[in-house]
Amino acid sequence: MFRDALLVAGKDLRIELRSRIGINQILPFALLVLLLFAFALDPDSGVLDRATPGLFWLAVLFSALLAIQRAFAIEAADGNRDGLRLSGLDPAGIYLGKMAAIFTQLAVLELVLGVGVLVLYSAHVTGWVLMIATCVAATAGIAAAGTLYGVVAAGLRVRETLLPLLLLPVLSPVLIGSVRAFEAARNGNPGEGWPWVGLLTVFAVAYTIFGAFGFGPLLEES
Amino acid sequence: MNDWGYVALAWGVTAAVLVAYALWVILRGRAMSRRLPPEDRRWM
Amino acid sequence: MTSVPTATAPSAPDTAPTATGRIGTGSRGTRILGLVALVGIAVATYLALVSSPPDENMGDSVRIIYIHVPIVVVAYVGCLITTLGSVMVLWKKSVWWDVTAAASAEIAMVTTALTLVIGMAWARPTWGVWWVWDARLTSTAMLLLLLLGYLAVRRIPAETSTRSRRAAIVGVLLLPNVIVVNRSVTWWRSLHQDTTILNTLQPKIHDQMAFALYFAIPVALVMFAWLLVHRWRLAWMEQQLEDRELDQAISDRRAEAASGRAEDGPR
Repeated sequence: MFRDALLVAGKDLRIELRSRIGINQILPFALLVLLLFAFALDPDSGVLDRATPGLFWLAVLFSALLAIQRAFAIEAADGNRDGLRLSGLDPAGIYLGKMAAIFTQLAVLELVLGVGVLVLYSAHVTGWVLMIATCVAATAGIAAAGTLYGVVAAGLRVRETLLPLLLLPVLSPVLIGSVRAFEAARNGNPGEGWPWVGLLTVFAVAYTIFGAFGFGPLLEES
Repeated sequence: MNDWGYVALAWGVTAAVLVAYALWVILRGRAMSRRLPPEDRRWM
Repeated sequence: MTSVPTATAPSAPDTAPTATGRIGTGSRGTRILGLVALVGIAVATYLALVSSPPDENMGDSVRIIYIHVPIVVVAYVGCLITTLGSVMVLWKKSVWWDVTAAASAEIAMVTTALTLVIGMAWARPTWGVWWVWDARLTSTAMLLLLLLGYLAVRRIPAETSTRSRRAAIVGVLLLPNVIVVNRSVTWWRSLHQDTTILNTLQPKIHDQMAFALYFAIPVALVMFAWLLVHRWRLAWMEQQLEDRELDQAISDRRAEAASGRAEDGPR
């Protein structure tokens, strides 16, 4: 299963490296979101400062939608889905592989966004460990749930509008948790943040397990 | 608007929505069964 | 109702209602159910609006609770049935449960939306605003969105088996998602010590008020059952119609090919 996962993850990431859609389009979109937030919230009024953790994670969420759409769009072309199904790869492995690829892309995205936020919003960073743990747990959750709901919406004409409708309510606990953890890190009392990381971890683990099992039935289609 | 106004709002909207929904289901059910042959109209 | 609008059916045979093929979704069972529901609703309404006393603190606006709680119970039960049905679809590939999940979800969606409206009608006289970001209202809004997502999946243009499976995956996660969202929102709002609807209800509840409330809940469930049966039969027929139209389209295509007209290639 893990071998299949590595295979799929490698394939997806190689496609991404070659096409560079992530770098050329999704990353700029994320930075664009940061700029739009600044336009909307007026940097001088102090709202932007206080809202920085929330805005960071909102930018991540919206960009994640694009990344997930893309991850499944590459399968839709040229009957790749049938190829994937007939390849004999373990469905759980395919799931984990796709999830890992999305996780990696999101991690890179968050790195760049983090720098963007530091620079554009003059944010100060404290509580490194908590923030990194939050990023890992939250991103895993986004990737896990995103891969599952991504395949539910995959191959449909309505997928661009269906995926956000399905995924964003599901990810709202991740948004709540990750922002509260970031705020705790920034306020200098990480003790308040770690319970939220716990929630994020449980979420990620639960969705990963369910996704691995649920991928099989979803893949078998006519 | 006093208390009774909001009570009327809550109860009124509820009644209106539920009645409308029930009517929609029933009317559509009749339309559907007219488009199907008799043997396909019911589960059993 | 004097005239019933009928849809034009190009290929449906001309049928008169027979004993086996009744028109519509009614039956003796539903008529009994419906009658019980109506009587129950009449009694519950009398209890809620007339015979029970106004609350000491809240006044007459407490009467909103008598409809709020039953409706929200129906919404939760509907949700539960959808999740249960989805499990059965994935586990036993049951068509019956698939239809049940779909019908139940729609009713749950309607009642959840109602719950929000009723909640707002309660919030305004109580706190002076139409909306508060308390855990209950916020979670209910999320529940509505989750249900709308599930219903959107049910409407995708795809084969029945594909659609059922995808909807079932979303449906199975419905209840867990609701619980997780509820927990996170509650935890989050508790950091701000917001009062929830139930907190303001805590002062001892008068006997008559308790009765009005607890009577209304089973009544609402009977009404839910009535709606569910009708909606189930409707959903079943919609599926039958879709299957027939698909078969028709396929046989039309074959007839075209057989008669030697230009083919547009395999679908």
